[in-house]
Amino acid sequence: MYYCRMQDVGKAKADVAAARVMQRVKGVTVTPHFCKIEEKDISFFKDFQIIVLGLDSLEARSYINSVVCGFVEYEEDGSPDLSTIKPLVDGGTEGFKGHARVIIPGITPCFHCSLWLFPPQITFPLCTLAETPRSPAHCIEFAHLIQWGQDRTGETFDADNPEHMKWIYDQALKRGEQFNISGITYSLTQGVVKNIVPAIASTNAIIAATCVLETLKIATMCSTGMDIYMQYTGTEGIYLRTVPHDKDPNCIICSPGVPLEVDKSITLQKFIDTLFKDRRFKLKLSKPSVSYHGNNLYMQAPPVLEEMTRPNLQEPLVRLMGGEKSDVLNINDRRLTGVLRVRVTFKDDAETIDMDTVGTH
Amino acid sequence: MALRSTKYDRQLRIWGEHGQSALERAHICVLNCGPTGSEALKNLVLGGIGSFTVVDASKVCASDLGNNYFVDWDSLGQSKAKTVSAFLHELNDAVDAKFVEESPEALLESNPAFFSQFTLVIATQMQENSLLKLDEICRQLNVMLIIARSYGLAGLLRISVEEHDVIESKPDNKVEDLRLHNPWPELQRYVDEFDIDTTDNVIHKHIPFAVLLIKITQDWKRAHNGKLPANVRELKVNFLTITARRRVEEDEDNYTEALKSAYVVLFPPEISTELHAILEDKLTEVNASSPDFWVMVAALKQYIAKEGQGEPPLDGAIPDMHSFTDYYIKLQKIYQARAEADVTAMVGHVSCILKQIGRDSSSIPRTTIKHFCKNTRHLRVLRCKTLRDEFSSKAGPELQRLLANEESSHPALYVLLRAVDHFAATYNRYPGAFDGELEEDVSRLKAIAVSILNDMGGGGVALPEDLISEVCRFGAGEIHTVASIVGGIASQEAIKLLTRQFTPVQGTFVYNAMSATSLVLNL
Repeated sequence: MYYCRMQDVGKAKADVAAARVMQRVKGVTVTPHFCKIEEKDISFFKDFQIIVLGLDSLEARSYINSVVCGFVEYEEDGSPDLSTIKPLVDGGTEGFKGHARVIIPGITPCFHCSLWLFPPQITFPLCTLAETPRSPAHCIEFAHLIQWGQDRTGETFDADNPEHMKWIYDQALKRGEQFNISGITYSLTQGVVKNIVPAIASTNAIIAATCVLETLKIATMCSTGMDIYMQYTGTEGIYLRTVPHDKDPNCIICSPGVPLEVDKSITLQKFIDTLFKDRRFKLKLSKPSVSYHGNNLYMQAPPVLEEMTRPNLQEPLVRLMGGEKSDVLNINDRRLTGVLRVRVTFKDDAETIDMDTVGTH
Repeated sequence: MALRSTKYDRQLRIWGEHGQSALERAHICVLNCGPTGSEALKNLVLGGIGSFTVVDASKVCASDLGNNYFVDWDSLGQSKAKTVSAFLHELNDAVDAKFVEESPEALLESNPAFFSQFTLVIATQMQENSLLKLDEICRQLNVMLIIARSYGLAGLLRISVEEHDVIESKPDNKVEDLRLHNPWPELQRYVDEFDIDTTDNVIHKHIPFAVLLIKITQDWKRAHNGKLPANVRELKVNFLTITARRRVEEDEDNYTEALKSAYVVLFPPEISTELHAILEDKLTEVNASSPDFWVMVAALKQYIAKEGQGEPPLDGAIPDMHSFTDYYIKLQKIYQARAEADVTAMVGHVSCILKQIGRDSSSIPRTTIKHFCKNTRHLRVLRCKTLRDEFSSKAGPELQRLLANEESSHPALYVLLRAVDHFAATYNRYPGAFDGELEEDVSRLKAIAVSILNDMGGGGVALPEDLISEVCRFGAGEIHTVASIVGGIASQEAIKLLTRQFTPVQGTFVYNAMSATSLVLNL
């Protein structure tokens, strides 16, 4: 990393980078925060106009994406309130390849809309590791995932502890000998255990600069922005191309209202039960609170509010929503980073029957 | 050395110890150290090149503070080459840093032999006339050249080398060479040891998929007069159902793998168009001064005609297959033994050829030949036109065709970025330098661009007006972010050339920072 020198080894990267930039560029203030992004209160992110990501995991990207999508407020017609949008600029590299993208929450696809762009992680079945190892990686993962727990009970494995890593390497080597598998090296052991993504300065520079350029475009309107998602490939020649894709209307993170059809007679309690049964939401919810245009229909906490809103649970939802045929409810839950917006549409009982009859012909 | 493996760990995983050693042997010259040159060099210094020399005559001025990270307030008025060189050296003191306070243009005139000390020259922000001279000098001295230009929200990049051979091109999509359609005797003997209709379910689900596919293919052939399924449809409809039928339980991973890889039987890797062209190259007629690469290609040609029966040597690598350890290891050894036998055959051809051309028959070591054999399917040879040929090219009709496609701005950008140099030669300044003359500059630049197109034999196509205005608006600005991208790409290509790994870009790379897209033109 080019802002780091030998004398900086061991210091917090955030502090070193901030000091270096401020020293070089007069008049700029860079405030370092040496912590995990999840440790910050969500309101912390409200103070910024644009958020640029230099993250290295899917989880962290998903988190910040949920935060900024949660900030977006929608107008009656489902269009986002532009003043609540905080663009995200994201990038990542692997070897001679990389990508950069711009997310305008509420307008362009969010991170969650296109999770499929990320390849699935490689994992090995435990039975292969335990019974039929065939590759150096199998031997290493056996030492790492199984042997450590058996032989060094009570000790937490620390990938940054050289003695721990050496132990894994030695065990893997022994297992390799036992099964006639060669090619186990210390470097490979580190790579497999730490899941090291190979990285080089030039690709990082290209992607980082692309992210900054897109940020400058958003901030100054000096030029048109990229078409959503840029791929860089430097393995065979050089290719930079943008690959647009669409917003997922069912995205539980950025949709202005995930469509959900319910019976006209449904009560608020039954509606909450329905949410738990829906495969789109069930893993995301534990104790959902429901509000409608700023009115709390049901709050799980604090106890005073819970008690006040509890009678609503037995009310028909359509009445709580002022008789609208279709409108958006906000669902809050401690398992959600942002807010889940559900567009409820009431189906007429009569119509339902008609539809069924049509279907049988 | 422990430090080296820790410091460079992440990149060693890409180009290996031998790639790193190649970088450490490299002497690199960067002409002009504005942001494009400095950013390119920064990545190479971090990567651990042997040494660099920065050539620049200018002094650090206030405007440099706004676009070059490697100067600072204290260096105002001092030599830019000296300042940048010192800052870069601080990043990695293992790299030897030098600088020359002279303009590249003057150096080209006064001391062309200066360039002979370098492995690679990276020329940044230079105009056509000087580049022509530089290219001639580098070709004469056999020094590799990369030309990089950042211009407003656009960039150009070009490699100029006579020839660059790559053994380790490390393509993204390697097809596995398993010879399932045509097993050699040792492999066949091993396959015959298996009974895929065994009633032992544990054994049944641990037979490697390669064995399953070879067996099933042979059963099919027996039932169809020795013919394979004729096409993908037949493969899918019939061949795959056999695989599925043989399967006893749903969770037989080896059968799932066999189904997934069944197409390999019908479509084994072929000799690629690139390899075919290399085998037909006139340099395969080797003589005493032929490089080792071409001696090995000549041997490869003989191998394919003789032992290979139309196939290049086996690389010996097999993918993981769900199976018992010993089944798999045995299979792996059979493939490795065949690969080793192929290397021996190749060594024979190589030493024969070496003797014929009057060289020591063992002057190419077996390890080199083995390395070559592992990569024969993906060999690459890069040859670049001289700049003079490009600038006097009559590729106008090709440009016309590309320009007619309104989707792509890149061909027009190429013409306009060449036109700005002609503009500068005529008016002694770049278009858009003065706000007051912006409109006149647009029509002047347009006229120059049209005449360049005419000279290339591609007149009569209109260049997009808004793009001409935009290029004038750039006012020759070297924007830091664009320079960082163009410089970053230049360093990436430098690494590919120096390590002789991966495939460098062939042609003129045109970058549009407005849309974050690129196109490579071969003119």
